[in-house]
Formats: sequence, C-alpha cells, structure tokens
Amino acid sequence: MIALSHAPLAVERVVAAVADPAHGGLGCFVGSTRAEPGPMPLVALHYEAYEVLARDELRHIAERLSREHGARIAIVHRLGRVAVGEVAVVVAASAPHRAEALAACSAAVEALKADVPIWKRTIRADGSGDWVGGPEMGAVTVPR
Amino acid sequence: MSMADDTIDVRVLLFAGLREHLGRGEIVVRTANGSTPATLWPLVMAGSPPPAGLRHAVNGSWAQADHRLRDGDVVAMITAVSGG
Repeated sequence: MIALSHAPLAVERVVAAVADPAHGGLGCFVGSTRAEPGPMPLVALHYEAYEVLARDELRHIAERLSREHGARIAIVHRLGRVAVGEVAVVVAASAPHRAEALAACSAAVEALKADVPIWKRTIRADGSGDWVGGPEMGAVTVPR
Repeated sequence: MSMADDTIDVRVLLFAGLREHLGRGEIVVRTANGSTPATLWPLVMAGSPPPAGLRHAVNGSWAQADHRLRDGDVVAMITAVSGG
C-alpha cells in the first residue's frame, strides 16, 4: 500500500497491508502534527505534494527497502490540513525478524523525509505560518 | 516547437513556498532551444540565485539540472522537501 490521502489515516489499515504469516516482526511509525504551545500556538500543518512524483518516489523507496531487508512495506501520507494530534504519515514494515522490520521502517521514514516531494506549512492560531525548511524568498520579478 | 525553431515552450510547475511567492503554480516560458532545468531558474525567479538543494523533475521523473529540454516538456522545480 502506497498512498497520498486527503482523508484521515487509519493506522490499522496500513499495518494490515503488510501482514504476512511468514513475517514474525512488524515495525510501524506513526507521525502526527505536534503541538507547539506559546504566544501563537500551532493549530495544524498543511501538506502539499507533487503527487505524481511523490507516489512514484514512495513506490521506489518501498521497493528498494523491500529488496534490501526482505520486508513488506506500506507508506501512507496525508495531504491538506492536518490538525494538531492528527496522523500525518504511517509507515509499516514487516519482515521475518524484528531487526529487519525495524530497520526497514526506519529507513523508509528517513528516505521519505529526504527525497519525497512533499512540503509542509505551519498554521498558527492567527492564521500565520511558514513553509518548513524552504528557501528564503527575496524580492522577485514575475515573468509576464 | 514554437514558430521560430530556435525556441521551445516549457511548462514550469511550482510548489509550496515558491508557488506561494510567485502567486501561481505554473508558468509557461518560451526559452532557447537547448535549455536545461538549470537555465530556466532565472526566467522563473529573476535576480535570485537557485536555492540550496533545488532539484528538478521533467515530465514527472527526476532529471539532472543539465537535462536537455524539448518543446512541451513539463519541468517541476523541487525545493528542499519537508514531508513526514
């Protein structure tokens, strides 16, 4: 299972997608929007993707790590507005033993964060926010 | 190929901060035949150097900065990603 979803994610469905009687270990990472209290608290993140390439890249990551670890891997990422406490990403990996399952899960999360064209913007209580990790934008000239 | 054979038209896709900054997610540019994703940048963001870690995709697949573009290609400007 490889998917981008505008609807809330069901962790148990992603876990079920990698179930295999020959696999005795399963690792699962669930990433959620984290509260950032303060004078202007975070209320949500907004995720945007280049969807065609993001799906392809997720598929490539899953295929590569499946080969390397003998694992089954499922990755689902949420798009759009994800409120504090809601799940933004689920990665599940199963393998014959726990070491491969956990390693595959961890490597998939790291690869996703490094290479998949998905971006997030913070949304604060007053509606302000910033794109996370993006370039500083100076003055620009927009072509005609 | 556009009317003159020495130019091509390409669609440039913009995302996240870049899209918001330019106020649109897509720009069509007419550029010299032999252009590459790297040479498109000044046409998209005049006066601003390409951001660190900028990557490109052509027609939905990753492409090198020196990939030779053809008329009708769709080029995505992929700034540093932040999923997860």
